[in-house]
Amino acid sequence: MADHAHDHEHHPYGLAHQFEDTAQQKESVLLGMWSFLITEVLFFGGYFATYLVYRTQYPIAFTEGSYQLDVKLGAFNTVVLILSSLTMAMAVHESHKGNKNGILRYLIATFILGGVFLCVKYVEYSAKFEHGLVPGLAWHPHGEHSPQLALFFSLYFGMTGMHALHMIIGAGLLIWLMVKTARGTYTAEYNAPVEVFGLYWHFVDIVWIFLFPLLYLLGKTHG
Amino acid sequence: MAEHHNSPTVGIYLSVFATLMVLTALTVWVAFVDMGAYNDLIAMVIACTKATVVIVFFMHVKYSSRLLWLFVAAGFLFLLIMFAFIMADYASRGWMEAPGSYFLSIQ
Amino acid sequence: MAIAEHDVNASGYAASETNYLNNGYGLKSWLLTKDHKRIAVLYMISISIFFALGGVFAGLIRLELLTPQGDFAHSDTYNKLFTMHGVIMVFFFLVPSIPATLGNFLLPIMVGAKDLAFPRINLLSWYVYVAGGILGSVAILSGGVDTGWTFYTPYSSTYSNSNVLLAGFGAFLAGFSSILTGLNFIVTIHTMRAPGMTWFRLPLFIWAHYATSLIMILGTPVIAITLVLMMLERAFGFGFFDPRLGGDPVLFQHLFGFYSHPAVYIMILPSMGVMSEMIACISRKRIFGYEFVAFSSVAIAILGFLVWGHHMFLSSQSTYVGMVFSVITFLVAVPSAIKIFNWAATMYKGSIVHNTPMFYVMSYFGLFLIGGLTGLFLSNMGLDIHLHDTYFVVAHFHYIMVGGQVVGYMGGMHFWWPKITGKTYPDILGKVSAVLIFLGFNLTFFPQFVLGYMGMPRRYHSYPDEFQVLNVASTFGASVLAIGYLMPAIYLTWSIFKGPKASQNPWGAKGLEWEVAASPPTTFNFESTPVVTEEAYQYGPIEEH
Repeated sequence: MADHAHDHEHHPYGLAHQFEDTAQQKESVLLGMWSFLITEVLFFGGYFATYLVYRTQYPIAFTEGSYQLDVKLGAFNTVVLILSSLTMAMAVHESHKGNKNGILRYLIATFILGGVFLCVKYVEYSAKFEHGLVPGLAWHPHGEHSPQLALFFSLYFGMTGMHALHMIIGAGLLIWLMVKTARGTYTAEYNAPVEVFGLYWHFVDIVWIFLFPLLYLLGKTHG
Repeated sequence: MAEHHNSPTVGIYLSVFATLMVLTALTVWVAFVDMGAYNDLIAMVIACTKATVVIVFFMHVKYSSRLLWLFVAAGFLFLLIMFAFIMADYASRGWMEAPGSYFLSIQ
Repeated sequence: MAIAEHDVNASGYAASETNYLNNGYGLKSWLLTKDHKRIAVLYMISISIFFALGGVFAGLIRLELLTPQGDFAHSDTYNKLFTMHGVIMVFFFLVPSIPATLGNFLLPIMVGAKDLAFPRINLLSWYVYVAGGILGSVAILSGGVDTGWTFYTPYSSTYSNSNVLLAGFGAFLAGFSSILTGLNFIVTIHTMRAPGMTWFRLPLFIWAHYATSLIMILGTPVIAITLVLMMLERAFGFGFFDPRLGGDPVLFQHLFGFYSHPAVYIMILPSMGVMSEMIACISRKRIFGYEFVAFSSVAIAILGFLVWGHHMFLSSQSTYVGMVFSVITFLVAVPSAIKIFNWAATMYKGSIVHNTPMFYVMSYFGLFLIGGLTGLFLSNMGLDIHLHDTYFVVAHFHYIMVGGQVVGYMGGMHFWWPKITGKTYPDILGKVSAVLIFLGFNLTFFPQFVLGYMGMPRRYHSYPDEFQVLNVASTFGASVLAIGYLMPAIYLTWSIFKGPKASQNPWGAKGLEWEVAASPPTTFNFESTPVVTEEAYQYGPIEEH
């Protein structure tokens, strides 16, 4: 049988030594990232389970808390993040064609949109610190409030903070991807890292898709 | 394993984006309309739809192997199991308590 | 001269000049290796260190419990002793034990691959594990933790004055390391099997590790987030489990239990895989009911996620849900029993070889059986009201984790030692230490069933006088057990330097690692990709005597 292990002349570009061929490598790498994303689903899931328990037990406190959040900023951030998912999908699309400039263009767009999202979060967080709505660190809410208001804001900071941390990590990985793209690393045959990163970025978008209504849109009917 | 050959077109990506924008606007609008207990349900249905659309198209799961579908489904299934069993505890307290139970004493 | 792959069961020793051990010398070649076998050895060294450290704490616990009064250790110190023992043994020893050592080493060879799917992630998993271990060690050295390995709130998040954050983060990192390992295993098994290696030709060791990896992927993230929540509450004063803010400490137990119960299956399934391999070999027979054993591993993994509430029968959890958890817990015993029956059927009318692995197999049978059956006592809600938080529980889980997993780990080490190191050890020493471990273990933990039933609570540094006799017996047993563990540490290490060279297949076993790979294997395992044409464990007909 042919010995592929040491056959360097026909070694496909980008093929790692443990794989037999590029198809096996791509299949493995995608399965690997999805396995990791499943762990992320369960990871954030713990936060959502906590939210579920306390939301059903303290609906008034949660409505009060949600009222303090700015729907416009939240909705704006949602649009920004979904748009960044589009640009990321386009970057992956370009990577299948091996179009270096196309990939770079869309990666930069994704990076900028991610940056905008994080800036808005910074604005929101600063406002909370000013208004004394950060449990444990700066907690002096005005007027009468439910004692469980701190549960809502702990979840708000915990969940959006963990999400923001994932975005920051994503931004870092984006920089790495942009550098490698500029060097011409990704071709029509070898583009798995772009696609795999895309999966991560879309996942972070999905988490926000759930965070937005659960945190920002409660009790809007009561003014 | 043929996701490479059957990737979505740019047209599909743009339609998905438009759908997500519409659903976002919808969820914000519905939040201001009083439908009682249904507000929560509608918000979650919309969010789940958005997530599904991202997973199926942006993340190429529609064009991927059965195995990948199974992985994605399994992840969400176990998430639901976690939610269901935890909420079952809180929901069923008081249904059948032994005499002398702490729960009965605090009623 | 490399071993040609058709040269099965070659007698005399493997004549490879380069193998994975001598392919490159120097610290860098080991610390930056991508070879799964070298990473397995790195893990073996670090895991052994933590096993010893956890054992030291066990020794200190048993010393304190020699007398009814709290005279050796103050109660606060004792809290730290059992906490550190648990944290080290669970997070830094048992969870990685077999998967990170034997699993890492054997999995690619058994499926016929050159390496795992992601060698660099494999190396990363070791570094993350070591980082977690360092944090845990710093937590110990700078005052310890006293919350119990379970970190229950609100004591851990609000009231404890010990190094909870350090230990919690150390456990978080150890968990993350296991996620990376599990991820690697799942992908490798799915995509990198050699031609002809269908799912039902895989060694049962692989099925067991697949099931283990499922749990690692689905369960570990939940304890990760739970520890994060607890640490945020402790560090910043966020409110998640604090009753003063309306939080619920029982919610912590739910989230913690969602991982920690499946975790105990991480801490037994791999040893079941080891057992299947060894039993087939020492019986010279195919495993009876291969498909049943394979599916039972997956069934244990899945059912194991549905039972965590049996740790919470007394926590104010609803009685209704307690009933549900109790019934499902009875169900989860069934797949384990299926394995025991199939293993026994395998050995029946087999041609049993009396060697060190066989001694460990017999130990495992007895000890795991007792551990599993006593679990059924605890599944019964009514009985658990009496037994919860007593030494009965302590004895139960040690019978499974030590009598099961550690015995499996030791047995597996002895079985695959010639493959891993290319050296052999004196079989008589292996048998003697196996017997010492079996006797010492029973003497340590059987009295604890009686103590628990009589009402001695766990995690207490002092106890009523009438419990002393059994406690003294238990401590004596622990000393015997310690000798049983020390002996292999010595003679196995000795064998690396002075032991006789091993042949490629000293046990005459079936499987790619024995029949094709050399002892020790070359860096890429195979000269060329093997093609699998036969079912697993084709030992051939037993000759009648």
